[in-house]
Amino acid sequence: MSDIMTAKDLNLWYDQTQALKNVNITIPEKSITAFIGPSGCGKSTFLKTLNRMNDLIPTVKITGEVCYNGQNIYDSSVDVNELRREIGMVFQKPNPFPMSIYDNIAYGPRTHGIKSKVKLDEIVEQSLRDAAIWDEVKDRLKKNALGMSGGQQQRLCIARALAVKPKILLMDEPTSALDPISTSRIEELAIELKKNYTIVIVTHNMQQAVRISDNTAFFLLGELIEYGETEKLFSQPIDKRTEDYITGRFG
Amino acid sequence: MLNRRRKAYIGIMKAAMYISTGLTAALVIFLVAYVFIKGIPNITWELLSTKPSYISGRIGILPDVVNTLYIVLATLVFVIPLGVGAAIYLTEYAKNKKLVGVIEYAAETLSGIPSIIYGLVGMLFFCQFLGFKTSLLAGSLTLVIMNLPTVMRTTQESLKTVPQSYRDGAFGLGAGKWRVIRTVVLPGCVDGVITGCILSIGRILGESAALLFTAGFAHALNGVLEGLTSPGASLTVALYVYAKEEGEFGVAFAIAAILMILTLLINFSATLVSRYFAKKREL
Repeated sequence: MSDIMTAKDLNLWYDQTQALKNVNITIPEKSITAFIGPSGCGKSTFLKTLNRMNDLIPTVKITGEVCYNGQNIYDSSVDVNELRREIGMVFQKPNPFPMSIYDNIAYGPRTHGIKSKVKLDEIVEQSLRDAAIWDEVKDRLKKNALGMSGGQQQRLCIARALAVKPKILLMDEPTSALDPISTSRIEELAIELKKNYTIVIVTHNMQQAVRISDNTAFFLLGELIEYGETEKLFSQPIDKRTEDYITGRFG
Repeated sequence: MLNRRRKAYIGIMKAAMYISTGLTAALVIFLVAYVFIKGIPNITWELLSTKPSYISGRIGILPDVVNTLYIVLATLVFVIPLGVGAAIYLTEYAKNKKLVGVIEYAAETLSGIPSIIYGLVGMLFFCQFLGFKTSLLAGSLTLVIMNLPTVMRTTQESLKTVPQSYRDGAFGLGAGKWRVIRTVVLPGCVDGVITGCILSIGRILGESAALLFTAGFAHALNGVLEGLTSPGASLTVALYVYAKEEGEFGVAFAIAAILMILTLLINFSATLVSRYFAKKREL
């Protein structure tokens, strides 16, 4: 498996507060990488540096490099919109737009210039099928997306992200607002999706990391403490702090 | 002992509350009823559909109705794009939050200035300096300046009600800033923007002091094109003229009743519009 993303000596500040310290990591293609760690450890912040969602916060300052397919995404020549098309994002709280299910899915493709009705219909169906929600919504595509349950909304958001055919899917605690049944559906979906996509997921839930991820990175106070195969990291952690965290001694 | 004192205290406070509520309601009802009783019998088709003639002594308010319509439309044509545009820039684009704060504060202060001051400035600037003379155009432009802060502030507040998560979702799909604003942010708050605009129509309708200086008192019916550059009295100004200078209180009350009905209709349509969009968004 080749590496699709690499961070080199990445530092990030919110105003004066340093939120990420010298993060170095490589993320392999078509796998699930989980970021774990206590609240405020920088795992979500780091996730957002991977598709430059941090650009939206004016006080953020970043040094170091994040490379996607060998290209530094913070380079001034990079088209941020195109970058975010290739590196999609699913947020903590389901955030469908207040429009119909169909329009939600079609939003991304339309943004990138697809106008043909036939083509859009095809993308909408395929994306909803890929997100394993087609059967539930195929009869109500014109209904408002806000009328769906939380779990359905989150799968809709995954479908919406898939509709622009990204290479990587960043998931920021995608199940923390959901019930156990919806959670397990999203987890199954993630495992299904890694055949075609690279998935990076931030999670508060260590069992979740164990269940679905191939690699796990443990963050603490803005530092990447330990990174490796999930099974190994949870069974034989190298760092004392990792061991303390995964055995529930703090966090 | 204490219990009785407390009971008496509660009783007195309750009575005071009822009295003040009753007084407020009674005042409003009295005002509306008085104006309607005095005004509605004087609203005739002839009054609404003719222009006044000093020769026959006929009084008609058609020119004033037309002038009011002109002023409302001309003001809106300028104030909506300017106000909404400024609000979008300040809320979505401007980076210097301190400067935005200062501008917002200034806008709020501006909207509290007595309208006669706008009239004075409008007269000096539009009528004399820019040479528009006393005209509906000068009046409208004065009202543009007067309503700009309110339209801008209400639009800003509506923009702020759109959840950040919608914006994040759209940005995360690779949408550019303008596309996010056009397709997600504005549709998400269009009811607030429209309501703000409709309420500013109400303020334009009701404005008189600023127009006394800038739009004048003429009662002539003008052609469609020269209408804007001619002087003319709006309904409110006509009300003042008929009551204060010609002693025609019947006509004045008729105009007052018409203005009240219009205000009522405007507020009603503002409610309808915001309900319509809120409903559309939900399901």
